[in-house]
Amino acid sequence: MTVHGHSAKSLVDFARGEISREVFVNEEIYQEELERVFTRGWLYVGHTSQIKKPGDYFVSCMGEESVILTRDPAGKVHVFLNTCRHRGMKVCRYDEGHTVHFVCPYHGWSYATDGRLVGVPQAEKAYRPPLDRSQWALIEVAQIAQYRGTVWATWDHSAPALLDYLGEAKLALDLALGAWDGSDEETELLGSVQKWLIPANWKFVAENFSGDGLHVVSHRSVDLVGIGPTDGEGRRDDPGKLMMTTSPQWGHGLTFSYLPPDPNRTDYAASPAASQYFKQCWKKRIERMGDRAGLQAVVGTIFPNLSFHGQQPRTLLVAHPRGVAKTEMWRVYFADRNAPEEVKQFLRHYYIRYSGPAGMTEQDDMENWNYATAASRGSIARRYPYNYKAGLGAEETNEMVPGVVTNHPISLTTEQNPRNFYKRWAEFMDAKSWRDLKPSQVDDLSEHRR
Amino acid sequence: MSRVDLPPARLEYLNLIKEIEDLFFLEADLLDERRYEEWLALFTDDLRYWMPLRKNLAHQDDRGDITGENDIAWIDDDKATLIKRAGQLRTGVHWAEEPFSRVCHIISNVRLVDSSADALDGKDFEVSSRFCVYRNRVETETDFLVGRRRDILRRVNSELRIARRKIILDQSVLMAKNLTMFF
Repeated sequence: MTVHGHSAKSLVDFARGEISREVFVNEEIYQEELERVFTRGWLYVGHTSQIKKPGDYFVSCMGEESVILTRDPAGKVHVFLNTCRHRGMKVCRYDEGHTVHFVCPYHGWSYATDGRLVGVPQAEKAYRPPLDRSQWALIEVAQIAQYRGTVWATWDHSAPALLDYLGEAKLALDLALGAWDGSDEETELLGSVQKWLIPANWKFVAENFSGDGLHVVSHRSVDLVGIGPTDGEGRRDDPGKLMMTTSPQWGHGLTFSYLPPDPNRTDYAASPAASQYFKQCWKKRIERMGDRAGLQAVVGTIFPNLSFHGQQPRTLLVAHPRGVAKTEMWRVYFADRNAPEEVKQFLRHYYIRYSGPAGMTEQDDMENWNYATAASRGSIARRYPYNYKAGLGAEETNEMVPGVVTNHPISLTTEQNPRNFYKRWAEFMDAKSWRDLKPSQVDDLSEHRR
Repeated sequence: MSRVDLPPARLEYLNLIKEIEDLFFLEADLLDERRYEEWLALFTDDLRYWMPLRKNLAHQDDRGDITGENDIAWIDDDKATLIKRAGQLRTGVHWAEEPFSRVCHIISNVRLVDSSADALDGKDFEVSSRFCVYRNRVETETDFLVGRRRDILRRVNSELRIARRKIILDQSVLMAKNLTMFF
């Protein structure tokens, strides 16, 4: 990609920690992102608990485009572009449901939940030679994969397998999406999806959750009133010491925390039921995981646009692009499937007073992303890059977690994860194909350590 | 029929409807003037202040397009959380509302769902109404949120109080960036 003759890489000065505002406000760059990032990367599309039975479907998004996540009669999971092959009408305008066929309202073409075109009105009269229906099935993604209940898809046949793509983030997802007692039991969504539009570039969202400890100052108001699962100030129980880690080859940004395992933790003290439940979980977690029981995945972004909180709260967020200065946020919340109903309800209340458009934490984020986008669009503003220099040179390693790590307490102030996110973003934008997107060299990051 | 000839039940009904409207109109003024302590006093201590999500579902889908009691919602507060929200607005560092937005509440279509005979001391009764909430903030940022409310009212020491509020917003994808306003 070139903008005014410049490559994406020239807009992202990784070594100096400076990133051009064009990356966030340029319409041409945005259109290229839809092509180069959102048709190539692995995108989160939904959760298996949204399509439990054959015939269940959930309408999701990949980039700007609507897709249908279905489970066919054989139990196989598919993702299809939500558009009729005949004249493009959306074949499904519901958010979710259960069906045998998707029937296009326009000319009546109908498709099975495995994508096959099964019905064409007047087909015998209209087509000679006869219509070869096998050539006009719903458009299906190139690859689909599941990981711990999450479903992912990509439009690129040459993209590496999801497990390779997740790289160092696999450990984070294991911890975030796993049962709190450390067993192989599942987590499940607590219900429906919050969807809302914000006037901001999607990357503000992605970089924020990739690891931006410095923005905590923005949440002073909610910290003062206190909304955590234990009474008093703040938003969560003590997660311990933070380690900020980047997946240098893949662009993911993760924040882990560690505190020595203690079976007598008093987390969730505002609810006797939740407190009791998590105390039991901690006990089993310590039995199963030993010292590593104290390791938690707090927050992260899987490149490009899936963000998660894995501890308090537990939630997945997709920042769907809707224009250079518009993003549609989709947030779901989850909990241990085996947690008692009373505990799930306590968590549900905590999660939605924390996150979402009415979340007392997230409200302030959206004000920032809104006016950061708006104030960066001017001709003069665009001449001045953003500053991502915090924590340059502080990158190390940590035996507990993979990737390049900034350790406590510099983890609270480094911008290494956003820096790395944009480095990977530039690679996606400049690459002709996945052949050029093979993981970049770890050495690039180690320059800072010399 | 002259006014004095109104049957007692009709008079009782009119009195009650006016009393409810007075409560709602006072509430709108308290909110728009940011008099949150006085506003919070209009709710009972066992309050549920609930704003479910809306969905696009097929007509034969029997779940209804309003998410259920235990589902994820936009807001599902008890009184303690509502007090915290009001407290956050007064910290001076709640950037989503600093500077304050200009908010205007228009409440209409007030209708008694239960019989006025239920409006006795200590008894709960249900009232339906519509809201138009207009928010304008900073320079040109404007939101216009419209929907229904189903309130459970209760007479406590002869004063009407709100014990439960269900806010049914007529949007599926919320078109406001956040919900810092009350409904």
